[in-house]
Amino acid sequence: MSTSEFDLESKRLSIKEPEIRYDTQGDLSDEERVQKAMAHFAKNFGTTAAIYLDSCIHCGMCADACHYYVATGDPKYTPIWKLEPFKQAYKREVSPFAFLYRLFGLKKKVTAEQLQEWQHLLYDSCTVCGRCSLICPMGIDIASLVAMARHGMFKAGLVPHELHAVAERAEVDGSPLGVTPQLFEERLEWMEDEHEVDINIDKEQADVLAVMSSIEIQKYPAAMAATAKILNAMGESWTFRTDGFEATNFGMMSGNVEWQKNTSMRIINAAIKVGAKMVLLPECGHAYMALRWMGANIYGKPLPFKVLHVSEYLADALNSGKLKVRKVDKSVTFHDPCQISRRGGATRAPRDILKHLAVDFRELPGGGDYNWCCGGGGGVVTILRADELRYKVFKLKMEQVEATEAETLLSSCSNCRQNFDDCQEHYDWKYTMESLLDLVADNLEEDEA
Amino acid sequence: MDLLDFARGPAMQVAIYVFLTGSLWRLFGILLLQRKPDYSELRKTGKLRAALKVIWNRAFTAPEFRMATRYTRIVGYTLHFGLFVTVFLFVPHIVFFKGLIGIDWPGLPNNVIFFVGVITVGVGIAILIRRMTHPVLRLISNFDDYFSWFVTMLPVITGLIMPIRFGIRWETLLAIHILSVALLLIWLPFGKLAHVFLLIASRGTTGAIIERRGART
Repeated sequence: MSTSEFDLESKRLSIKEPEIRYDTQGDLSDEERVQKAMAHFAKNFGTTAAIYLDSCIHCGMCADACHYYVATGDPKYTPIWKLEPFKQAYKREVSPFAFLYRLFGLKKKVTAEQLQEWQHLLYDSCTVCGRCSLICPMGIDIASLVAMARHGMFKAGLVPHELHAVAERAEVDGSPLGVTPQLFEERLEWMEDEHEVDINIDKEQADVLAVMSSIEIQKYPAAMAATAKILNAMGESWTFRTDGFEATNFGMMSGNVEWQKNTSMRIINAAIKVGAKMVLLPECGHAYMALRWMGANIYGKPLPFKVLHVSEYLADALNSGKLKVRKVDKSVTFHDPCQISRRGGATRAPRDILKHLAVDFRELPGGGDYNWCCGGGGGVVTILRADELRYKVFKLKMEQVEATEAETLLSSCSNCRQNFDDCQEHYDWKYTMESLLDLVADNLEEDEA
Repeated sequence: MDLLDFARGPAMQVAIYVFLTGSLWRLFGILLLQRKPDYSELRKTGKLRAALKVIWNRAFTAPEFRMATRYTRIVGYTLHFGLFVTVFLFVPHIVFFKGLIGIDWPGLPNNVIFFVGVITVGVGIAILIRRMTHPVLRLISNFDDYFSWFVTMLPVITGLIMPIRFGIRWETLLAIHILSVALLLIWLPFGKLAHVFLLIASRGTTGAIIERRGART
């Protein structure tokens, strides 16, 4: 599987269409798959998950918050239904009345066929965007349960072919998209020449460690120059490191906790090595969740540095007056990446930045924390068989954006951006997603001097 | 011992015992599982305040979702309002509660209670029909959903037929009503009706976790 070829021509980055799909991994018996799925689902089991799984009242309201259900009307996309086998297993094996469920046969044993059927629901049709978590009258955080269920699915060898392939590449090569340290360095040097900006690479000591997403390195390399330009303008002591540059975390998205940890630890170790006071995360949604909110828990203690998304860093810099930007005479709308805004709590940062740019900002209808997910998160964009569904779901996004009649569409997540690019091509849509970071970097006031 | 004595005596005692021990078993069975520390640098403090906020505000659907959920919300609020009024504002019930906990409060006239009871049953039927016909609800529903509906509606229905009687002795009707309440109490800790106390735990947990991120609760 690690020999899967990347499709670098496509608007979105994944592997080339496999001749034969392998959506099951390993040579396990059905019984072993079920046993492993349940054991690893239960491994991280604690009070929080138990409260959630015990509290569902089957009101079905979560369906109305899910882009997959709203776009298709298919009840199987009801968020809590996506957890049914795991809910069933919890009630039967772990819950306070598990003995009664088993005694009266109220919950059947989960089967391997059931888990295989649920692979589509847990991977192809859930971006872990957490919109359903906001509608639940019981306050159940369904997205966090889906992430836990994926832990079980990975151990059971039940991950969609492409997502497993890129996650494996990330573990083996350090990048899900084939970015080796050498390639990273080459591309940095290219950007340094192209944009005439000083880029710090592998400095021994630095206050700020900047990291990148492979999607940016491969597809939107200007982000590297923009980051450098801003950090230089701020007078920061900073560096990129070839031993800790990859911000994406496909271990997290595919459900492999060990791989998630290995990816996060590369950044954490690099930051500690250079004595960084801050790790600056790039325009990548899930990278923010992986390091900002899960990094310390992976590390097992508080991180010895701050973690900021680049939009938070820019907002702080502009709000404090350390960075100044020119007025941008455009109407702009902004797509909130789910993991940064709704799930991450940094919703205000891009709005502060846009205020400083003095654009004609037009909020998406139902934007901000309740924003529709673009449909590409959670690893979905890599899964080729999910394309048709992904395009269908994207129509909700198109309606939202078109309603603003804004000239420019911005976001602060390169994974969202590649999904927008791919869907734009599919629908021959007029909007091209642009980067908030690039807009700031292109309009720094120092340029005028 | 006649049926009424049985209902008021051993049946209700057993029901209360099962209700209390079952509820505590379920609650502590969950709360005593492992808790993992969160080492991430918090953006906002005030976990308790956030927990209380979410316990309160999730009773109200966010404006973004109101249109899509209007049917569920209307029948949901009406059912809960109806149950509250018929259980706690019916004068004979208040007398019962005074005997149990020593305090009382003003009630509503019987005809108002009867009217609210009829509305409650009507809404209950609407909820059942929707559960059986709406594609989402039909898919996700199980025995618990239907049995919980049954044990919730039974005391309301047995209460409503008491003034009508249908030629049955009043004592017998009262005994049946009390037995239906006993059934409700016995089932409550085991199924979805436990949301009466689990909602505090689940909403509060989410409030505390999400608030530290400064994210939308």
